[in-house]
Formats: sequence, structure tokens, C-alpha cells
Amino acid sequence: METLKAQKKDVKNQKPMRIAGAEAIIHCLLAEGVDLIYGYPGGAIMPVYDELYKFQDKLTHVLTRHEQGATHAAQGYARVSGKVGVAMATSGPGATNLVTGLADAQIDSTPIVCITGQVPRHLLGSDAFQETDIVGISTPVTKWNYQITKASEIPEIMAKAFYLAKSGRPGPVLVDITKNAQFDELDFVYEKCTGVRSYKPFPKPDLKSVEAAAELINNAKKPYIVWGQGVILGEAEEELTRLIEKAGIPAAWTIMGESAIPTDHPLNVGMVGMHGNYGPNVLTNECDVLIAIGMRFDDRVTGSLDTYAKQAKVIHFEIDPAEINKNVKADVAVLGNAKQTLGLLLPLVNKNEHKDWKTEFDKKYQIEYDTVIKNDLKSSKEGLTMGEVIEQINIASENQAVIVTDVGQHQMVACRYAKFKQSKSNITSGGLGTMGFALPAAIGAKMGAMEREVVAIIGDGGYQMTIQELGVIFQHNVPVKIVVLNNDHLGMVRQWQELFFESRYASTVMVNPDFVKIAEGYHIKSKRVSARSELKNAITEMIASKDPYFLEVKVEKEDNVFPMIPSGASVSDIRLK
Amino acid sequence: MEKQWYTISVYSENNVGLLNRISGIFLKRHINIEGLNVSKSEIEGVSKFTIVIFTTEDWTRKIVGQIEKQVEVIKAYYHTDEETIYQESALFKIASDLLFDERQIQNIIKESNSQIVTVARDFFVIAKTGRRHEIDEMHDALEPYGIMQFVRSGRIAVSKAKMPITDILLEFQNQ
Repeated sequence: METLKAQKKDVKNQKPMRIAGAEAIIHCLLAEGVDLIYGYPGGAIMPVYDELYKFQDKLTHVLTRHEQGATHAAQGYARVSGKVGVAMATSGPGATNLVTGLADAQIDSTPIVCITGQVPRHLLGSDAFQETDIVGISTPVTKWNYQITKASEIPEIMAKAFYLAKSGRPGPVLVDITKNAQFDELDFVYEKCTGVRSYKPFPKPDLKSVEAAAELINNAKKPYIVWGQGVILGEAEEELTRLIEKAGIPAAWTIMGESAIPTDHPLNVGMVGMHGNYGPNVLTNECDVLIAIGMRFDDRVTGSLDTYAKQAKVIHFEIDPAEINKNVKADVAVLGNAKQTLGLLLPLVNKNEHKDWKTEFDKKYQIEYDTVIKNDLKSSKEGLTMGEVIEQINIASENQAVIVTDVGQHQMVACRYAKFKQSKSNITSGGLGTMGFALPAAIGAKMGAMEREVVAIIGDGGYQMTIQELGVIFQHNVPVKIVVLNNDHLGMVRQWQELFFESRYASTVMVNPDFVKIAEGYHIKSKRVSARSELKNAITEMIASKDPYFLEVKVEKEDNVFPMIPSGASVSDIRLK
Repeated sequence: MEKQWYTISVYSENNVGLLNRISGIFLKRHINIEGLNVSKSEIEGVSKFTIVIFTTEDWTRKIVGQIEKQVEVIKAYYHTDEETIYQESALFKIASDLLFDERQIQNIIKESNSQIVTVARDFFVIAKTGRRHEIDEMHDALEPYGIMQFVRSGRIAVSKAKMPITDILLEFQNQ
């Protein structure tokens, strides 16, 4: 580890404490400001749990019902609070159960630290009970990982883990700690990590590239911004707002960037991507300068790359150099943290309005309203639509709620229709598309922002993937509101089967249990509605509840989500029906 | 885009697990590693991976970007064959009696500028350093006589242009 040493600050005034590795881990967590962790005990992590017992007045451990739930809860916590989420598990199956959450956090750049126990050093490689090579397994889905085999390594590695998880483009870090290192003593001194010599959190902004971007923007007739989560992670919401207002640029978001700017901002033109809004998609191919900010041109955003924004000059504001020219070639790449780079750009852009261009978005919105939105929100069908449920949640929560979604139709509908006033309010599994994400992530989100209303919106399929986390809501009385939009199908796959597989519904019909009874089994207030006349009151009652609340809404079984860009098609060819 | 040979040079910390992290980047993209060598570099405490791949420049550039992104990688570069000085090494183990029975073997050794590393009662070992095709030619020449064992190393390479790795390390330290 000699070469990896974080730059040392003066620690002379810290007196070393002679303590066991397990206790040192707790002190590291406390020094990093952690007061809440999610996890599940087991043999190889027991010394740490023994210390958690002693430190329970300073550090709350939330026992999830499955280790995957611990990772998603840590993610939900991190995403609303901007802090690092922490999950803990034992070796072997405990550790492998973390992998989905790590992969989700990796692709969605969420700062979490996972701590796993490991068999004692002398048993490594012997196929010992509950031994698994979690460092090997988690390598492709972590920003960094490390196996501690000596107690003396603990402070430095833990400090590095927190620094790497949070700095630059955030991501998950896994620290595996052998049992002997938990038992053995060390002279404990803690200093926060402030740098790693082989690691640059983000490149220094190059003023020339900012000037080149400003020149393109100032000469543009039809400039168009698409922003992503980089704006939220970089806390650049204010800079982005000032930019669009000063230069009069219509701006759309990826689902990971949603809520960075209030939904009702006149220049917020909506969502891009497969089920995004009509205007933001088709006008991507009509703008003359496309300004991408903190987004990575995911295939669900771009559709076919061969026909994506070919007419436009592309400016890419991005923290991660590896994202430049990865999917879409940038004419100007501005590397750096969005807060810094947008801050540098602001004084260089001219005041402008682009009224005619903005009108194009309004016209397209009207087309989408008439063909899609009206039917979603003011349906004349007998069955409820997912859209009208979201609309009622908006009304009852006065657009103030944190909305946590799972994956599938309900996710797309929620992202399309949920309204936000405040950043860090849309928590979803964007990149990995992890069904089962929402329930545990909502628990983490609520515990990360107790003052806020947190509403989980989940499909009947994904709900049953992590339904056991209702136990956490019950045991810790976490007042989240859970809305299951039940169409008795795996709706999104069913939609694809209808559209692209001649309605052969292979394994997408769900025979569901009585969800209300299940919630009641966990002593959670619950209700089921299926009639439009009951919806408003049910949602009002749910939002008004001070306690956890479960609401099942029976919706139309075979509704489709539109607009839709068929897989591999151009953003111009988005279908309205 | 046309495929060709690229030599990727990775300067990194010397840590367990980094090879796994780097090889995973190639695995994920179905790009075969044609040659791999890990050694110390010109800077104390800094390791150097030399990786040879046959692919397009676009893929090579993206892979180098992903490699550089790894926390323990200091810097990665890629070069074409024209931009580097490169060599490989090979060892041939051959039965000792052939050295005396087959005069041609002595000629092959002389003409190929290779060296006899050791001679034992039963076998002798020839070392050859050079380009891949030179080693292949020597292999083909010796094969009819019987090769007991053969091994060839990964490519080692230095670039003709400067790799300003020291400056980068200094810059990091001063930040």
C-alpha cells in the first residue's frame, strides 16, 4: 500500500487508540459522518456487528430482509441526501447478494460503500464455509474495491473508500475485510482521504473549450439542451437554470436528470428517450446546436446513433473523459464538474430568447397532448390509467414528494407525469433497470430525508422482487407511502410482446396474491382501489397519513406506454400510438 | 474503420486485482488480448502493462479511456507499430544430441542472432529476441528437428514519442 498512500496531513495531534479492527471500522464510519447503515449480519462480519451493538446510540443499523435491499436502501439514501450510503453484509451469499445493487450504483453513478466480511486470512483460497471471491466478482461493477487482510490497513482503506465513492463521478466501492483483521488490534488514527495520486476526480476545466462552446451557443438559431444526472451530482442546478434563462434555451432531461429544474419552468420542455416527450425527441433532429450536460447518450436516450442529431453541432459538458465520443461525437467537449464549467460559461453567453424555436416545442406538445397525454390523464375508459394515479399524487403532495420508481411501464409513466419543485426528488433505477429497486430505495430515501414525503410507485412484478422489505418499514416504522400500480402483468414486456411479438404473452401474465393482506400482515395501513371515483380520496388519505401506507391501485390490464421509440429506431420516428 | 495492431501502455500502481480490472475491460467488449506483459517502469513504484490488440483505432481509444478511468491507473497511451520500438522474446528447448548431429541447427542459431542460454546433458536452450515474424521464422526452421518446448513472451515496447508520465505524476502531487 505504500504507493497508494493518500496525501498525508498533519495527524500529530491525534493520539492513537489501541483497538480491534472491528471497532476501528465503526470509528471510521463515525469519522465519515455516517449515522445510518443498512445490512444483514452473518458469521464473517460478526465482530463488526458486536461493535454495532455497543455503538447503537451513535450509529443506527437497519436490518433489511435481504442484502440486495440493503444496497438499494443505501442508494436511495445517497440519492436524496447527496451523502454516501453504506451497506454491510457477511461473506459468501451475503456478499454475492450485493452485486445487483453495486451494478445499479455503478451505472447510475451513486456513491455507496459496501462492507463485507470475509473468512480469516489463513482460510482464503481454501473454499472455506461461506468463502467467495467477492473482490473478483464485484470488480466490473465497482468504481474501486479492496480486500483488507490486516487490521492496520483499516483506517487508510476506509478513508479511501469514502473519498472515491463520493468524489469525481461517484460510484460504488466495496471493502472486503477478513475476520482476523476484525479481531486483531491496531493503533487507530483516522485522517480523511483528500487525494489519490493515480486518480483525478475531474479534469480542470479548459477555458478554450468553454469559449468554443459559448461561441457555438451564441451563434445558434435553434440551441437545445439535454441534461442528465451530472447536473444533480455536480449540484449545478442553479447554474443550469441561469444558463437556460439567460440564453433562452429550451432544455430537456434524461430520467436520471429529472427534478434538477422544476417541472413547471417555462424552458423545461420535458423528457428525452424511448418513452420521453414527443417534442424533445423529434426536435433533437432539428436543433442546430445540441448541448449535452452531465449525460452519457445512453441508447435509451438516443435511439439509433446513425440518425441522432446528425445536423447539429454537439457540445458535451462531462466530468468523465471516457464518455466523450463514446456514443456521440462531440464537436466541443467541455470536461469538468458541471457547476464549474457552467459557471465559466455563463458570463460568456449572450442574452437571447429563441422564441420561434421554443414555439416548436409548444406545438409538438400540443400534438402529444391531443394524442397521448389527454388519454393518459383524462381517460374515458372504465379502468384507471397509471397516468391519472400519478396526477393525483402530484395534486395531493403539491408536487413536493420524492418519487421513487421501480422499472417498467409505471416507471416511464411516473417519470413522464410526476411534477417536481425540488432537485434530488426523482429516484429510479435508470441505467441498470433493476426491478425490485423501488421499495428498498424508498426506505433509504425516506430515512435520508425524513422531512420529505416519499412515495414509492411500483409495478406488481417488481414489488414482489423485494416485497420482504415491508418488514423494515414495519420494524423501523419508516413512513413511506407505497403505491402498487397493479395491471396483473409484467406490463412493459407485455407491451413489447404485443407490439413486436404478435401478442404472444410468454410468461408476462401474473397471478397475484392479495397485496393488501400482505401489507396488513406487516401491520401497514393499506387500501385497494379500482374505481375512478375512489382514487382521489384514497390518495389524499395516503398522503395525509403520518404512518407508512400501502395503496394498491388496480389499473387497466393492457394499456401501453406512448410515445415510444422502438428499439433501434431514430428519435424522429417516435410513435404516438 | 480499419483494424490494425495497437500497443497499449498502461502506467499504474502495483496492486493486486488491477490486472483483473483491466482485462475485464477487454472481455466486456469481446476484444482479444494478443500480447500482455507486466513489468516495472522507468518510475520507481510504478508498474507498466504492455498490451497488444488487433482492432480499430476507435475501439482502442475507447478502451484506453476506460483503462485510464480505473482508480489505480495513472495514465494509458496507445500507439501503432510505426510509433513504437517493440520486441518479443522466445525460448526453445531442444534435445542436446541434435546440436552435434544436425549441423544445420548451429547455422540457424548463428543466422538468427540468437543465443544458447544453457547446455545440459539432455537438452539445450536457445533464446531469441526480435519481432514476431523473426521468432516465427526461427520456430519454423527448428520445427523439423523437434522442439521439446517453446515459449514466447508478450510484446515489450517503448514509444518513439515522449510519454510524459513523470510530469503527470508531479502534477497530481502538486494538486
